[in-house]
Amino acid sequence: MLAVVGTIPDPGVPVTEGPAHGTPQGLAVGGLTVAPDRGTPALLGAAGAACASLGLPAPFAFLVGDVGLGHGSRALYRHLTDVLPGRHFSTMVFHYLMPDVMWHDKVLFAVEAMARRPRLIADAGFMYAAKMSGQAASYDLFTPDAGELAFLADETAPHPFYTRGFILHEDNHVPDLIARAYEHENAAATLLVKGGTDVIADATGVLFTVDGPCEAALEAMGGTGDTVAGMAAALMESGRSAPEAAHMAARANRLAGRLARPNPGSRIAEIIARIPEALDMVLNSPG
Amino acid sequence: MIVGILDRFRRKDPGPASASQADRGLLLFENTSEVIRAEKTLRQAGFAIKVVGPPPEVRTGCDLAVEFPLIEGLHIRRRLEAAGVPPLEAIPVAGPLLTPVDLFQIKDFGEHLMVRAANMKLTVEKATGVIVNVSGGGCPDVPYLAARLIGKKLDEAPSPRETGHTLCGYALGLAFEEMIKRCSPS
Repeated sequence: MLAVVGTIPDPGVPVTEGPAHGTPQGLAVGGLTVAPDRGTPALLGAAGAACASLGLPAPFAFLVGDVGLGHGSRALYRHLTDVLPGRHFSTMVFHYLMPDVMWHDKVLFAVEAMARRPRLIADAGFMYAAKMSGQAASYDLFTPDAGELAFLADETAPHPFYTRGFILHEDNHVPDLIARAYEHENAAATLLVKGGTDVIADATGVLFTVDGPCEAALEAMGGTGDTVAGMAAALMESGRSAPEAAHMAARANRLAGRLARPNPGSRIAEIIARIPEALDMVLNSPG
Repeated sequence: MIVGILDRFRRKDPGPASASQADRGLLLFENTSEVIRAEKTLRQAGFAIKVVGPPPEVRTGCDLAVEFPLIEGLHIRRRLEAAGVPPLEAIPVAGPLLTPVDLFQIKDFGEHLMVRAANMKLTVEKATGVIVNVSGGGCPDVPYLAARLIGKKLDEAPSPRETGHTLCGYALGLAFEEMIKRCSPS
């Protein structure tokens, strides 16, 4: 089963877990209903839509409220270290969480204690923590955007906010930044770099690029990176390799964007609604 | 007692930061008395902090600094300002000479303008000045800030520097301020 770990922007929500089912009101998880509008709920919504298309069970969610103070994230980290060694998941995604190296390492130890190690995906804050901890290579997939790739490529930066200008500069080529990230062991086994052209790479270099269909507005939309990560997770859960899953997810995300006809002010729910159709097109036309 | 602490740290070369310190920062102050007041303020607020010796390259004359969770820097800085002990600087332990991003990337979509600062992107409808999207980032205050910004005009929206808590919130604040600058009549 696929598990998704992240936060929602409501400080009153305690650690909540359970399968995430789509309802007309939003995603229902253990008595909680959340709108898949951005952040982890968007990833969860996309993962759920993709799992349904692929004939997989609904993703299992670990959620907590956190508005940036870190209290919720740390409560969830504590919960994960307690329960994960006794759980069975085949793929796990860690997402919007307060980057905290100590707790990152504790959670990773708990994952290593599981009877069968799941494949691991990190995005957003947990990817920052994975890089800072020096444990990036323990992950199967990272899904950075261009700014986050620069952060991974900068071996000194503790957060994208401190990425050095000569690395962040837009004239830098994505393949060079990818190579630099691997050189310093700050990348997962596979990278899906989200951007004008999506790039899937590993330590040997660029494996695939996806540049069509092109919907420039997707870059400005909050949540499009979350939907591609959610789909990649579902595709990995279906048994595909991380590079193949990332490649298919990048194509499907663009197709869903094209079908939704977005502008820079569009909402992510419009994209999620198109995922079944888009994924179907990708499954039926191997790239 | 303070002298003892000073002596202990004077003898130490901090050396390179370990991975466990990678998410830590240092708050630098004018003098020791400010360090002590800052320590008290932050401990009372429940932050995981400790008083340490700053590395030689960033010494300001004060031989003590406060080590803090770097990512929570925006919230911590605001607390200290409210307590009347703003730090001179907040720097990463992993790279004391690193400076915050000051490079903005601009994308013009015709009817919309997007500003990116570090990992944060803010998009505004040019004709109305309404914030239509916030994207990027990874800290948990990003979805919270997005919900408070989207749909509001730039001049009516709360500043992410005032309402955010993390470095992502800080970066979004920079993008927000750059957008205001670009959308203001010259």
